[in-house]
Amino acid sequence: MMRRLTVPYVLFSIWVVVLCMLPFVESSYFVHLATNIALFTILAQSWNFIGGFSGYPSFSTAAFFGLGAYAGAITQNMGLPMELAWIFATVLVSALAALFGFILLRLRGHYFAIGSIAIVEVLRLAIASATDLTGGGNGMNVRFLPGGPEYVGMVFLYTMVGLMVLVFALTVWVDKSRFGFGLRCIRQNEDAANMVGINTNLYKIFAYVLSASFCGTVGAIYASWTGYIDPTDSFEILLTLKVPVMAMLGGAGTVIGPVLGAAAFSLLEEIFWANFLEYNRAILGVVIVILIFFLPRGLLNLDYHTLHRRLRHNAGRNPREPSE
Amino acid sequence: MELQILANGIVLGALYACIAVGFSLVWGVLNVINMLHGSFIILGGYITFFAWARLGIHPIAMIPVAGMILYGLGYMVQRGVINKVVTQPVLITLTLTFGLDMILYNFMNVVFTATPQRVTLELGSFDIGGIFMPWDRIVSMLLAFALTGLLYWVMRTSRVGRAIVAVRMDRDAAALMGIRVDQIYAITFGIGAFMAGAAGAVFAVVFPVTTNLSGLYIGKAFVVCVIGGLGSVPGALVGGIVLGVIESFAGHWLGPQHAITVGFVLMLILLITRPSGLLGKKGYE
Repeated sequence: MMRRLTVPYVLFSIWVVVLCMLPFVESSYFVHLATNIALFTILAQSWNFIGGFSGYPSFSTAAFFGLGAYAGAITQNMGLPMELAWIFATVLVSALAALFGFILLRLRGHYFAIGSIAIVEVLRLAIASATDLTGGGNGMNVRFLPGGPEYVGMVFLYTMVGLMVLVFALTVWVDKSRFGFGLRCIRQNEDAANMVGINTNLYKIFAYVLSASFCGTVGAIYASWTGYIDPTDSFEILLTLKVPVMAMLGGAGTVIGPVLGAAAFSLLEEIFWANFLEYNRAILGVVIVILIFFLPRGLLNLDYHTLHRRLRHNAGRNPREPSE
Repeated sequence: MELQILANGIVLGALYACIAVGFSLVWGVLNVINMLHGSFIILGGYITFFAWARLGIHPIAMIPVAGMILYGLGYMVQRGVINKVVTQPVLITLTLTFGLDMILYNFMNVVFTATPQRVTLELGSFDIGGIFMPWDRIVSMLLAFALTGLLYWVMRTSRVGRAIVAVRMDRDAAALMGIRVDQIYAITFGIGAFMAGAAGAVFAVVFPVTTNLSGLYIGKAFVVCVIGGLGSVPGALVGGIVLGVIESFAGHWLGPQHAITVGFVLMLILLITRPSGLLGKKGYE
């Protein structure tokens, strides 16, 4: 029993060390890739709070990511130091998420899903039309961090990985706490959860805010990292779908699932991108179909024993097949 | 001036109703949000455009053809893929249709390229009492009304239509009455796709055909469904016209860049205050 519980932590620690070691052994391409993986891991872990633990079909990741990117970029261009701009973005996004959560979480099922997608569109349109502040469709530049590309690359990698560890710790806490238990009750039967004395509204709003705030931070860091943002890129509809898919690929509602899913998906995408750049949407689509039909509970919850037996069984049967 | 804006709004609204009616049917009956709907419309548009540009077939003649091709595609997608998960939670069905949409979208982008195409009919325009209106818009509005009316008629009078309504009301009871529910699901999805393909053919006359618009169309379908309520043809019609008129006036008063935002904000407000729509019945989710 003890061994089972510690395996995820050991795996996660090894993964963190691998990501952190990359600048010393590999080229800047891998540093970029590792930063990207950490970025998506944070987003998938964040989505897990609302989508995994409480089972609400939220598709508003891109809304909070984009908002965070713009909040960070604008305050940074106004002269705020980079780190303070990131914190400001986090606080602003959390506050707005609380407001949106208060409104949206009264809805359930399809209506909640639609509402959460609508938030992405509303914020994108609002940002795109506030030309004075955001540069509208032309996007806006954020000044680069001085110190040369290698140093800057390492700064952002370690920031992202640090945040990833923080969100992981938070996930572990939620998983073990009364709060997480309450969220699981909401996923199974919200009315019953309400009946036995869980303040479902408060719990859901808190989970929603948790799922939004780090998207805001990551958005702000992303803006400083790339140095340029525009509305279509920051509020990309692809992002809002990709992140839940990553979490589900690993195993929604588990501690290590989103980490696994984000890593697997990012690596898969990287391999395919090198060869089929123009098929990037179709790849996501195919991953979704495979996920839903063959891995309905994620990589983590695969029944490896049955799979192994079945594969061996097939392997044993194959040589006989031609004679049949 | 106000009359002109109102007229523009009604024309736009008829087209919106035509977008939403199939989407609303699928949502109402299958309880599935069909994210493919926007791309289905675009695919109908491409079929119409290429038939017109390469073979010289008139777009109006292509409406039933595009519709039937999409019906076949929709029927197969539902039968082969979506039916297997149709009773699962929203997260699963929505993610699946979203993923299928990504595949279709990508396929169209690669095959047809993203360059906007357009059917130009040069029908001229007319002017009554200070209202200026191009003929192609009028024709497309009438066709949109005709298609919506056709669906209403099919749902009211045909055996299949009655079976769809029965499944919508109570799936288990319908199954007990001898209705084959999974077949009805596939037909319903096919009809939804038919309406999308036909709408795409109508739109090819007035809007550019490009994959970039698929997100916009699906957004309109959301808003119209929330305004008009789910699964009913008159609801989609009213919702479409209300949205068209509101957007038209909002575009005039606040500037065209805010017209879409107004639609979405209206939807969010309605979602909170009247989750079953203006004409919707309570208790149906």
